[in-house]
Amino acid sequence: MDINEALIKYCLRLGDDAMILGHRLSELCSNGPYLEEDIAMTNISLDLFGQTRMMYTTAGEIEGKGRTEDDFAYKRLEPEFQNVLLVEQPNGHFGNTMARQMVFSVFYYHLFTELKGSSNEKLAAFAAKSLKETTYHMRHACEWIVRLGDGTEESHWKVQDALNEIWSYRHELFEKDEVEETLIENGIIPDSASFKPAFDSSLQEVLDRATIVEVTEGWKATGGRRGHHSEHLGHILPIFQSIPRTYPNSKW
Amino acid sequence: MSADNQFPQWEVFIQSKTGLPFKHVGNVHAPDSEMALQNARDLYTRRQEGTSIWVLPTNEIVASNPDDSDAFFDPAEDKIYRAATYYTMPEGAKHI
Repeated sequence: MDINEALIKYCLRLGDDAMILGHRLSELCSNGPYLEEDIAMTNISLDLFGQTRMMYTTAGEIEGKGRTEDDFAYKRLEPEFQNVLLVEQPNGHFGNTMARQMVFSVFYYHLFTELKGSSNEKLAAFAAKSLKETTYHMRHACEWIVRLGDGTEESHWKVQDALNEIWSYRHELFEKDEVEETLIENGIIPDSASFKPAFDSSLQEVLDRATIVEVTEGWKATGGRRGHHSEHLGHILPIFQSIPRTYPNSKW
Repeated sequence: MSADNQFPQWEVFIQSKTGLPFKHVGNVHAPDSEMALQNARDLYTRRQEGTSIWVLPTNEIVASNPDDSDAFFDPAEDKIYRAATYYTMPEGAKHI
């Protein structure tokens, strides 16, 4: 695969992950469990949208066909989105939201830590900026998992259930196809296998503190990177894209 | 809003630059000190207001009683010699 083609796809994947999760968190705006947490989740959502914009803009620049961040966000159909299935899973209860956030943020924390040394300036700058945000997102989610797990009997079983449910989705973050392999071979992105042990031990450390003895999982989620999504993305996009699709190219 | 369904309250102090005093900026609710710090960061430092945060449990603050203000503060009223402006500068004193 051509390096530029791989770079465009890679940037879109990072952008898609951030945008869909950012959208999920934005659904909680005004619906948080208490005011401070409402603001925290909305803040994280805004950070993710900032990351999305950087990646979509970069993809458009490399592509050189004049496509903007809005074109990527609003004018693509479900199969064209290549986000991992993890990020489109519903918010559920607060434990579900935090379990999903923890897995996502811990992965991106380790990815960005490596990616900031990329030979590609754009990716390196993106990773350096995003790492600061992600470090906070990770800390926020992990601290909540600890408190829920080590909280009351009810919060413990609820977060245990949430972890059992989301655990199957973490494998997809480490999937590699032609896109990643091309970039790894050319020294542009790190091989995710290299930080898998660190990812695992970061999660284990949180589970230990949260007094979660074991997380059970029965299957491995896959498909998002090929555009095969769970039913949820099909519900997210019409909401997300409704205005630009109803009033194409309108300005406000 | 009833008090019993809220997390404990914490007072937030922000230091805008290293070396400057911490200023009280408001309060947050949080289950413990670590989360209080995070909430304070989210609520009060979004626009680069600070470089350091303190949070203290609101109920640990000891405040003077407004009813005591006569005894506490009025005696200072007629003791203007406690202010530097009371004193005239000796002639010839420079760089003070």
